[in-house]
Amino acid sequence: MSNEIIEYYEKKIDNLDIDAKLKTALKKKVSIMYPKMSYDHGEAVGVVAAQSISEPATQTTLKSYHRDATAGLEITQGLPRILEIFDGRREPKTPSMKILLLDDYNNVDGAKLVAANIRETVLKQVVYEDAINLVNMNIEFTFDKAQLKILNLSLDEISKGVKKAIKNIEVKIEGDKVIVEPKKANITVKDLQSIRVKARLSYVKGIKGITHTVIENDSNTWIIHTLGSNLKKVLKIAGVDTYNTKTNNIFEIQEVMGIEASRNAIINELLETMRSQGVDTDIRHIMLVADAMTSHGKVYAIGRYGLSGIKSSVLARANFEETVKHLINASAEDVVDVIDGVVENVIIGKTAKVGTGLVNLVIKKTDK
Amino acid sequence: MSYIAEVYFNGKYVGEHESPQTLVKSLIEKRRKNILSHDMNVGYVEDRNEVQINTDSGRVRRLLIVVNDGVPLLTEELIAKLKKKEVSWDDMTAQNIVEFIDAEEEENTYIALKREDVTKDHTHLELDPVLMFGISTSILPFPEKNRGDRLNYGARMAIQAIGSPAQNYLMRDDTTMNVLVYPQVPIVDTETIDSIGLTSHPSGQNLVIAIMPFYGYNIEDAIIINKASIDRGFGRSLSYKTHVSEFRRYWGGQEDEIRVPDPSVHGYKSEEAYRDLDEYGIINPEIKVSEGSTLVGKVSPLRFLGITKEVRMGIQNFRENSLTVEKNASGYVEKVILTTDQQGNKIVKVSVRDTKIPEVGDKFATRHGQKGVIGIVVPEEDMPFTEDGTRPDVIITTHAIPSRMTVGQLLEIIAGKAGALAGKRVNGTAFKGDEAHIREALKVLGFRDDGRETMYNGITGEKMESTVLIGIGYYQKLYHLVSKKMHARSRGPVALMTKQPTEGRSKDGGLRIGEMEKDCFIAHGAPIVLRERFSSDMVIVPVCRECGVVAVDDKLKNKITCPVCKTSSKNNIVMTEMSYAFKLMLDELKSMTLYPKIIPVEK
Repeated sequence: MSNEIIEYYEKKIDNLDIDAKLKTALKKKVSIMYPKMSYDHGEAVGVVAAQSISEPATQTTLKSYHRDATAGLEITQGLPRILEIFDGRREPKTPSMKILLLDDYNNVDGAKLVAANIRETVLKQVVYEDAINLVNMNIEFTFDKAQLKILNLSLDEISKGVKKAIKNIEVKIEGDKVIVEPKKANITVKDLQSIRVKARLSYVKGIKGITHTVIENDSNTWIIHTLGSNLKKVLKIAGVDTYNTKTNNIFEIQEVMGIEASRNAIINELLETMRSQGVDTDIRHIMLVADAMTSHGKVYAIGRYGLSGIKSSVLARANFEETVKHLINASAEDVVDVIDGVVENVIIGKTAKVGTGLVNLVIKKTDK
Repeated sequence: MSYIAEVYFNGKYVGEHESPQTLVKSLIEKRRKNILSHDMNVGYVEDRNEVQINTDSGRVRRLLIVVNDGVPLLTEELIAKLKKKEVSWDDMTAQNIVEFIDAEEEENTYIALKREDVTKDHTHLELDPVLMFGISTSILPFPEKNRGDRLNYGARMAIQAIGSPAQNYLMRDDTTMNVLVYPQVPIVDTETIDSIGLTSHPSGQNLVIAIMPFYGYNIEDAIIINKASIDRGFGRSLSYKTHVSEFRRYWGGQEDEIRVPDPSVHGYKSEEAYRDLDEYGIINPEIKVSEGSTLVGKVSPLRFLGITKEVRMGIQNFRENSLTVEKNASGYVEKVILTTDQQGNKIVKVSVRDTKIPEVGDKFATRHGQKGVIGIVVPEEDMPFTEDGTRPDVIITTHAIPSRMTVGQLLEIIAGKAGALAGKRVNGTAFKGDEAHIREALKVLGFRDDGRETMYNGITGEKMESTVLIGIGYYQKLYHLVSKKMHARSRGPVALMTKQPTEGRSKDGGLRIGEMEKDCFIAHGAPIVLRERFSSDMVIVPVCRECGVVAVDDKLKNKITCPVCKTSSKNNIVMTEMSYAFKLMLDELKSMTLYPKIIPVEK
């Protein structure tokens, strides 16, 4: 690995337009500096990573609530967002997606069409009038035609949506009206009322949970930002660029794209959040954390129910949180703690096996 | 559209009224005609459409001048009469020239801040604009020229100033008291200072301040002090501490005795320790005492009156219980008070005085939230001087001013200079100070009107390139003194239970290496250093190889036995090093019926 990187830089130096003497000097410098900058055997990379992330994070605290609304969407930023990622929450406080479009749809109309297909639409959003017909004992819905056109919504879709939402009803289309009728003898007005309320709230289009969409044009690239996230369903929608569409819900990424993708998502989300706050840390620290979180095959949080909870040492777990629980369980299960880690060694007062504590003085005996 | 308003009397619903405005108006009119009591206030709350009539005690009310048709009733003539004491404030309230308004009634008023602002719409006039500040803020000079937070800091620090809390301090026996030796009335004062009695109880001194750097000794808000100023008495304060010893009576007719303990008393220290006590066993005034010195010799009966060895052997059953000077304290005995409490028990109070002379690390502050600790004490001959030979008492850094924007401090320095040169006190009350006037006064005295002067380096005698702002400012000594805070430990006492070092200065404790500090050692890859620092409670305990529990070491029989398997063979016992805290944890687990087993591994 290290040789590869040195070779990579040597190649880069070769391509530079500088003096040959300088080139050899630079190469020499690289070959000296690179091993110098790498970690030594036994260095506590985890603690260094933790400190390198948490120290800048203390500086974001004050700034965290001062961000302006991002194009109408208020998305959690700053320290709360960083904590959210580390805590491994199943659902972020403000789930959000950034949807890119295929070339055919990369224009105003295409973006609007895709956005309309994505955003959840409830019947009442398009209803112009709903009336209970006491003669035929049914409910008649008439629609706002302009709204239907904007949302590219047909009466067929509406009737399907309503049918799906309510059991034991019949939905008919008569001209520009949709008529809902209960499949039941002796229909009362009360039945009709309750069906009307349910029908008004039934989903007729879009993906459930995505409540807002905002279309942004970033130098001829049309991007749809959403509030609410459902990666699985969005990727199925025609016109969505499945390669570049993103969500900030790491668990969704894990389910849809796998654990490696969620590792990259953790790295990107953390870096983006920190950089947006004007603080920076080396990407390797974040990569280490993301590796630790994902190395078990699914995303583990940093904390009691995550990585700290699956440590092998009883003393280390008891030292962190829920002391009594761990000690009692260990006693019941006859657990042996081999006193390997840092915390355990600190507790019993021995030298921890990191850094200089890792090595012992070894004398080679020779027969003389 | 006005609805019937609800009427509340002292918060209780009493009825309704059709036109609340008329009701309020007529009630106030009746109060002003002295038909109703002056203690009554009435207010109409518009958004809730209710009338609140209050007569109960405990409301906060404030005094305002009544304005009638755009004319304040308290005229200049009346003020002049008030000053001559021909009329009193009680007359003013009785004649309804001024009146007390509470929070509810204030909502219906329109109050002018200044006399010249009064229009026909106003109902009241403020007595003085300075009343917008509280008492502790209005003792600060030129508050309107400073940023608000600085006033807050200034007012808060003025509370911490060592001053003259009582003029009879020589006769008092407070547990602790700090008194400034040479307090001065500020040259730049405010009207509030006079009226609250700070003139007779000042809490600071007027100093010659120069704002300039001094070889880096005043970076980060440190201040440079002239040694000669300290010798002249600047910042010298007395710290009194009264030690109390009570002489109790016990069951069986026994009681504490005041006397010089004799060697037969349990816990007898040494002859040396009781050297300063007189024949009655009490120390005398003006004797030098230090940490641990005996102030009052006191012997008490033994705590347990059972059949102890000592009683049977016929030795006196008394223990030493003398009153001693506490840790980190010293000084001279100021006075000794002999008295009794309500139960008739004898009480001896010994007051110890310590003179605190300013030293490096003591904290001082101006009245503008500009605090600092002494960075160095400079001999007077090394201090910079002006053309006429004036050397500053204190030098503060230039960086203290721009970011904090305490313009009031600069003005105080100029005003103080003008006042000191003219031999007058300068009024710095809010909204009443006059910058142009002060500058003019300084100019008349032959100085630059911005207070700057050419200065010369006191060490080399070189003329300085820039002029320096130099003038008089008021400095307060705050009670955060280094001598009461400085603390270090190498070895010392340990806590009984954990065998770890004690905590806190008073117990000669150590400074804790916490969780995050621990992480830093690990991040540096230095676990051996960490082990060393955490090894304060290291013990070597015998552990049974079979049972994995700590074995019992019987020192008398010189025998180590495992409490579980009862074997005491040498092969079965391993001497193990561990922290005492860990051993304690194992014991605690055992007490909770958990069985932690140590499995020794030979290296």
